[in-house]
Amino acid sequence: MPKEQRENACSVPLLLVAQCQPCPEPSPSWQANPFQHRICHVFSTSVDGDDSLSFEDFLDMLSAFSDAATSDIKSNYAFRIFDFNDDGVLDRKDLEELVNCLTGQGEEARLSSAEMEQLICNVLEESDIDKDGTINLSEFQHVISRSPDFVSTFAVGRARALCVCSSSGFGAGWLPSGNSSVQGARSIP
Amino acid sequence: MSQLPAFTLRVPENTESDGQEPSPDNEGALHSSFCELIEEQSSLVAGAIEMELQERSREPSALLPPLDPMATAGLEPKQGEQHPGYATTLRILANMPSHTIGRSRGAIISQYYNRTARLRRRSSRPSLQQLSHTARPSLRQYDLESDPTNATLADKQSLLAKELLSLPPAQRSQVLLEVPLSLEEKRSLRRQLSQRRSTPGLRVHSSEPTSPCAWCQDCIVLGCRTLWYRFLALIHAAQPWHYALKQISGRFGSSVLSYFLFLKTLLLFNIISFLLLLVFVVALQAAYPPAVASPRPFTGLELLTGAGSFTHSLLYYGYYSNTTLNDPSASSPSGSTSPSRATQLPYNMPLAYMFTIGANFFATCILLMYSMYHSFLKSYRVGSSTGVLAIKIFSAWDFKVVQRHSVKLQSENICTQLKELLAEQRLRSCPLSLPQRLRHITVLLLAWLLALGTVLGCVVAVYYFSELMHMVQQKQGAAAGSVWLQEGVLLALPFVVSLLNTLMPHFYNLLAAWEKQDSPEAEVYVAICRNLLLKMVVLGLLCYQWLSRRLVCSAKECWETCVGQDLYRFVVMDFIFTLLDTGFGELLWRLILEKKLKSKRRPEFDIAQNVLELIYGQTLTWLGVLFAPLLPAVQVVKLLLLFYIKKTSLMQNCQSPSKPWQASHMSTVFITLLFFPSFLGAAIFVSYTIWWEKPSETCGPFRGLQTIYQTPKVWVELLEESNPNIAWFGWIPQYLVENTVFLFFLTGMVLAVIYFNIQVLRGQRQIICLLEEQIANEGEDKKFLIQRIHCIYDDKVHCA
Repeated sequence: MPKEQRENACSVPLLLVAQCQPCPEPSPSWQANPFQHRICHVFSTSVDGDDSLSFEDFLDMLSAFSDAATSDIKSNYAFRIFDFNDDGVLDRKDLEELVNCLTGQGEEARLSSAEMEQLICNVLEESDIDKDGTINLSEFQHVISRSPDFVSTFAVGRARALCVCSSSGFGAGWLPSGNSSVQGARSIP
Repeated sequence: MSQLPAFTLRVPENTESDGQEPSPDNEGALHSSFCELIEEQSSLVAGAIEMELQERSREPSALLPPLDPMATAGLEPKQGEQHPGYATTLRILANMPSHTIGRSRGAIISQYYNRTARLRRRSSRPSLQQLSHTARPSLRQYDLESDPTNATLADKQSLLAKELLSLPPAQRSQVLLEVPLSLEEKRSLRRQLSQRRSTPGLRVHSSEPTSPCAWCQDCIVLGCRTLWYRFLALIHAAQPWHYALKQISGRFGSSVLSYFLFLKTLLLFNIISFLLLLVFVVALQAAYPPAVASPRPFTGLELLTGAGSFTHSLLYYGYYSNTTLNDPSASSPSGSTSPSRATQLPYNMPLAYMFTIGANFFATCILLMYSMYHSFLKSYRVGSSTGVLAIKIFSAWDFKVVQRHSVKLQSENICTQLKELLAEQRLRSCPLSLPQRLRHITVLLLAWLLALGTVLGCVVAVYYFSELMHMVQQKQGAAAGSVWLQEGVLLALPFVVSLLNTLMPHFYNLLAAWEKQDSPEAEVYVAICRNLLLKMVVLGLLCYQWLSRRLVCSAKECWETCVGQDLYRFVVMDFIFTLLDTGFGELLWRLILEKKLKSKRRPEFDIAQNVLELIYGQTLTWLGVLFAPLLPAVQVVKLLLLFYIKKTSLMQNCQSPSKPWQASHMSTVFITLLFFPSFLGAAIFVSYTIWWEKPSETCGPFRGLQTIYQTPKVWVELLEESNPNIAWFGWIPQYLVENTVFLFFLTGMVLAVIYFNIQVLRGQRQIICLLEEQIANEGEDKKFLIQRIHCIYDDKVHCA
C-alpha cells in the first residue's frame, strides 16, 4: 500500500473510536474547575455546537495542557478560554467574569463592585497598550510573557493526563499511525 | 493585484503628481475617497461575514460586538441617538486583524502564513518599484499578490502548505507543532504537504506496489518508533515519587510542591556525593582494613552519638590509612587477596581521599550552578515587576488542582490575595501621614533590633554552653562517670543548638505578626532573612570552635574524628527535632484546633521554614564530608525518611498556605540560598582546613604531613623523581592554582561577562518602552481615523 493510503487506513479506527464515544460532559477530574465549560467550548470542533469533545479534541486539550506545549500555544488557548463572549478580545465584561470565576461562586467570596472596578481599571492600564479598552491577543501574550508561573499553572502533567484519559473511557492506546502518534500528553505535531 | 490593502489611500492623480501631501484644498477629494473606502469595506465585511458563517457556525456573537470598546475609545454614543455609521464602524472594527486573530481559524492560518513567509524571505525583499508610493514600509515584507487576508479558508490552507514546503524539514515540523490549530486541521495540512511533496515524477514511483524490502523497512521503522514511545512513557512513570508528587500538587498546588521538588534535588546531590566517595574511598578501604585495636561492642546509643563502636569505623576520617594500599613492594598484608594474582594495582589512599573530596565539591558546584541557571531562566522575565495585577489574574489559577475542596480553597486564596493587592495599591495612592509613617518606621526598627538582639543572644548562649560542656567533660575525664552522663555530655550542645533553631522561627513569626509589613512577599523575605542569619551565624561560631579544637570529644587524639562525630550528632539531632516540630507543630496543633477550638481551619504548611531546615541540614553534611566520608549516606537516609513523614503529615494535618507564593521565583531564591551562604561557606571551611590546618599525628590518611595540601605536592615530587620527563606536570599547581594572577584574570572575565549581560538587559528594557509608546501612538491614530470617518460620513449625509 502506498504510504498515504496506509496512513489513512490507520487513522480510520481512531475516527471510529471518536464517533462512538464522544465526551458530552467535562472529564471527571475537572468537575470542580470553574473553567470546565469554557475549556469544552474552546476545544470542541463539533458542528452541532453542543460543546462535545471527540477523542481528537480531547487529545488537543491534553496536548495544550501538557508540559511540553510551548508558551505560544498555551497563551493562545488561554486567551480563547478567557474570552467569554467569543469576540476575539478581552473586554471589561470578560475580565469581570474571569475574576468572578477565579474568586468563586459564594457571595462573600466575590469582590465588591468598587474593588472590581479598581481591579479592572488597573488591569487595563497595565496591559492595554493601544488604549482601546480591550486586551487583544498580542497584548495578552505580552502580559503572559512577563509571568514565569503561567507555563506551570496552565498545565496538568503527564500522570494526571493518562489517569484522566483512562477514567473517561477512552484508554490511552498507542496508535501506530505515521502522522500523529498518541503519547498521552506530549505536544502533538 | 486583487485588492489594495485597507490602509492605502486612493488619492486622485492631481495631488500625487507634485509628490506632496494632499493639501487642505483637496479635502473634498479626500472625503470622497474615504466614503468609497467605507462602502467598499462594508461590502467586503458583508462578504467576509458570510464566509465566516460557513466556516464556523458558532460565531453569531461576533457580528455585533459589545458597545464598550467604542465607549472607552472616546467615541461616546450620545444618549438616545446613535451615530448612523456606528454599526458599520463596529462591524469594521470587529474584523480588524487584531480582533479576528483571537477567534477565527482563518486568521490564525493567515498569521502563520505570514510568519513562515517572513522566515523564508529574511534575506530577499521585493523591490521597491513594484509597490505604490503610498504603501507603508512594512508592506514591503508582504507579497501583495497573494495577501491571504481575504482568501477562503481552503486557499489559506494551501498557501500555508506551499510556504511550509519551502522550509527545511526540521523547521517545518517545529512550525507545525507550534500552530494552535486542532488536530483535524493539522492532519489536513500534513496531507496537503505530502501531496505537494510528491511531484508528478515521484508520484508514479510511490503508487506502484512497493517491494517487500521497502515494506519490511517501513514495518521496522514503525515498530521501532512504537517501542521508543513506550520506553519514554516508562521512563516518565519510573521517576521516583512520580505519583506522590502529582497527589501533592493536586491537593495543595505548586507552592507546596516546590518544597518536595527541592528535597528531591538535595537527594540527588547527596546520592552523587555518596557514590563518588563509595567507589573511590570507602569501598577500597573496606577491602583493605587497617589493623585496629579491639573494637567496642555495639550498643544502640551509637546511632545517636556516633561514638562508641562507630569511632574506629569507616564512618570517620581516623579509620583511613595513610599508606598505599595493595602496594606490591610492601609485604603482603594480612587478609589481602591471594598473591597468585598477576597484577596488583597499588592505590594511594591519601591522594585518593583528597582528590575525591575535591571532585565531590567540584561536581556539587557545577550541579548547583546548572540548577541555578536553569531555575533563573524559568523564573526571570524582563519587566516582571510591573503589571502585577494583570499577571496575577491571568496566571493565578492553577489547573493542577482538581479536588473540590482544594479548588474552593484556591478560590478563597485568590480572592484574599486580590483584596490584599488592591488594598496595598489604595494605600500607596494615598500615602500615610507623617506620624503614622514615623510609627511604622519605629516599629520596623524595633522589630529588627529585637531580631538581631536575639541572634546575638543565641550565639553568646551557644558559646558559653559549649565552654561549659568542655569544662564538664574535662572534669569528667579525671573521674570516670557513668556511661549515660558521658553520652549526655556529648549530646548536650547539638540538643541546645537544634532547640534554638526550632524555637526561634516561631518567635520570628510572632514578631512578623506584630510588625505587619506592607506586602505579604516582604514578610516572607524578612522571615527567611532572619532565620538564615541565625542559622549561619551559629554555624560560623561552631566552625570556629571546631577549628580551634575546643570541643567535647571521645577520641582525644584524633581531632578530625571528633569533628566528624560532632557533625554526625548535629545531623541526627536536626532530624529528631524536625520530627518533633512536625509532630507538635502540625499534628498537635490540628488536634487542638479541631477538638478544643472547633475551628475548620488546619495549620498551614510553612514552606519557607521547612526549606531553610533542609538547607541547614545540607550545610552540615557538606561541612562534614571531609571528616566523615559516609555522612552523605546518613543524609540520604534522613531525606528519604523525611519525604515520607512530611508527606503523610501534610496530607493528614495541613492545608495549603494562604499567602501568595510565586513558586518559580521562590525556587530560584532557595537554590541561590543553597549556593551562596550554604555551599560556599562549607567550601571555604573545607578549603581552609585543607590548606592551613595541621592534621593529627596519629590517625587518618594525612598523618605526619604539615597540611593536607602537601599530599599532591609530595606525589608530584615522587613522579618527577621517577620520571624526569614529566617535570612539566609540576608546573600546573604552581602556576595555575597557587599563582594569584590567573585567578584574578578568571574573576575579571566573569565580571566582564556579567557587566555585558546587564547592559544588554538594560537595552532590552528601553526597547520595550519605545515599542509600547509606538503601539500607544498607533491606538491614537486609530481613534483619530475613526473620528475622521464619522465626520466625513456626517458631511456626506448632510450634503446628500
